Amino acid sequence: MSHKLIDLSHISKSFDGEMVLDDLNLYIRENEFLTLLGPSGCGKTTTLRIMGGFEKPDQGKVIFDGQDITNLAPNKRQLNTVFQKYALFTHMTIAENIAFGLKIKNKSKEYIQDKIKYSLKLVNLEGYENRMPDSLSGGQQQRIAIARAIVNEPKVLLLDEPLGALDLKLRQDMQYELIRLKNELGITFVYVTHDQEEALTMSDTIVVMNQGYIQQVGTPENIYNEPENAFVADFIGESNILPSTMIHDKLVEILGARFECVDVGFGENKPVDVVVRPEDVVLTAPEEGTIEGVVTGLIFKGVHYEMDVMARGYEWLVHSTHMFPVGTKVGIRVDPFDIQIMNKPESEDEEAVTSNE
Amino acid sequence: MSKKWFAAPYLLWSVGFIIIPLLMIFFYGLTDRSGAFTLENVVAILSPEHSKALVLSLLLSLASTVICLLLAYPLAMILNKHHLGRGSFIVFLFILPMWMNFLLRTLAWQTLLEKTGVINSVLSALHLPALDIINTPYAIVLGMVYNFLPFMVLPIYNVLVKIDENVINAARDLGANGVQTFFKIILPLSIPGVVSGITMVFVPAMTTFVISTLLGGSKILLIGNVIEQEFTQGNNWNLGSGLSLVLMVFILVSMAFVMKYDREGEGGMF
Repeated sequence: MSHKLIDLSHISKSFDGEMVLDDLNLYIRENEFLTLLGPSGCGKTTTLRIMGGFEKPDQGKVIFDGQDITNLAPNKRQLNTVFQKYALFTHMTIAENIAFGLKIKNKSKEYIQDKIKYSLKLVNLEGYENRMPDSLSGGQQQRIAIARAIVNEPKVLLLDEPLGALDLKLRQDMQYELIRLKNELGITFVYVTHDQEEALTMSDTIVVMNQGYIQQVGTPENIYNEPENAFVADFIGESNILPSTMIHDKLVEILGARFECVDVGFGENKPVDVVVRPEDVVLTAPEEGTIEGVVTGLIFKGVHYEMDVMARGYEWLVHSTHMFPVGTKVGIRVDPFDIQIMNKPESEDEEAVTSNE
Repeated sequence: MSKKWFAAPYLLWSVGFIIIPLLMIFFYGLTDRSGAFTLENVVAILSPEHSKALVLSLLLSLASTVICLLLAYPLAMILNKHHLGRGSFIVFLFILPMWMNFLLRTLAWQTLLEKTGVINSVLSALHLPALDIINTPYAIVLGMVYNFLPFMVLPIYNVLVKIDENVINAARDLGANGVQTFFKIILPLSIPGVVSGITMVFVPAMTTFVISTLLGGSKILLIGNVIEQEFTQGNNWNLGSGLSLVLMVFILVSMAFVMKYDREGEGGMF
């Protein structure tokens, strides 16, 4: 595919002796929508700030378009940032905010006027030139922050949890807006969020991070359907993580019952973790299931029912459009391709990662 | 409705200790000894000795305000940049002298600056020329700057602390270098602190008579000294009040001027 635009190699960073990033390696391809996803404190924002030039890594290099920019000041970099909470200049009008970067670069008046018009149109806020930032709603301020960044025609736009302060409806609207913007502008987006749904909706590539380490890199489908470890499975969507034993290829023993699966190459009689998404658990009549259980909880969620089913000492989380009242005896069945096998964590790092979540 | 009564003590206070005294100043200022209306006390500011004192006061307090501003702004920036918050030792060092009596601090400077004082003893021991500024306007400005500097530092520091770090990062991100970021972002955003700092230094400097008495000897009269003498030695309350009114108007006009600049500055600095 297209070439590497940003290449982070062997980046380490600690604050006050506390390791935030440990030997991180990551590249971002041109024209990609890449999302750094993880819980707070996982190092995703620090990674973004290192790209923007607001933090210097203790070790490692930042390569941008083939050039080492590790020690380059933020104002010399060909990328722009949309900050958390917008960081608009409250003493300037909207037009002045948007014009800021262009005036610094001594662009002509006509050029700046055109750009202001164009960018306000792009973010659907035409006619807001002379308003002050404080008179705008959160969503509008966010759009201005984006407009202010993109008028400079950066090669990369860095976005630090830009939708974090908005309410749900607005956030969803803005997600589509951002995808549209990216397609129209054709620039690379690096997006930081802790919201897995946001990441799944918008990204070409998701980088799941935890405690300064990259846990998995992949497409949204890839990350959701084939999590590489329990942390990823747990963080991306809801899941049942079951300690199990791989009997041999394509057969796994979960909670003492044998399930067919599609995975091979895990060895024989080896302890593994199994991930089953709640929507992949099929509830049947008791005699038709692989194992039997009792419904212990029921919540109506709109699109589906969320049920807790106690079976063989484990409380399964089940999403289904069919309702089974509390106390009903049910059978549990899982289709072979819905069973995702993961190796048990081997290193202590990974162990810490899983237990801490 | 009964909650209105909570305001009563404050109302009594402001009537008893602000409004009535102010009215009395107006009354004394606009009457002569017999109680008849006159503008003589106000017009008296035009006499050579009074107008000279007013102009000198104005010059010295402007000078101290400017010096305070030049010293305080970088200091506030340093305190902010190194995250030396309210609890820090350095801020503490700056506030500490404020807990000492104002008179004592000024008297200390008198002792330090005297012809045979501490500074000159040290200088002569080192065979350096003596510092001869006691009883000159320089000593008064020094005393004003020393006493009022914290009142300039703290409001500026307070606004700088509140500027979101990401706003500064955003300016850098958009291509501004350090100098451009300072003049286009940090300075305009800190104007409210600068204005209150100027107010808090200029007003007491304009009205002081203690600093000029102690460090200026009896030769240099500021408008504060003139007014004080009318009340204490001259026993002419009418003239003292009249001159006070003039001084008050003068300060109000100066402040209105500063405030106006502040408001224009909000949008116009770009």
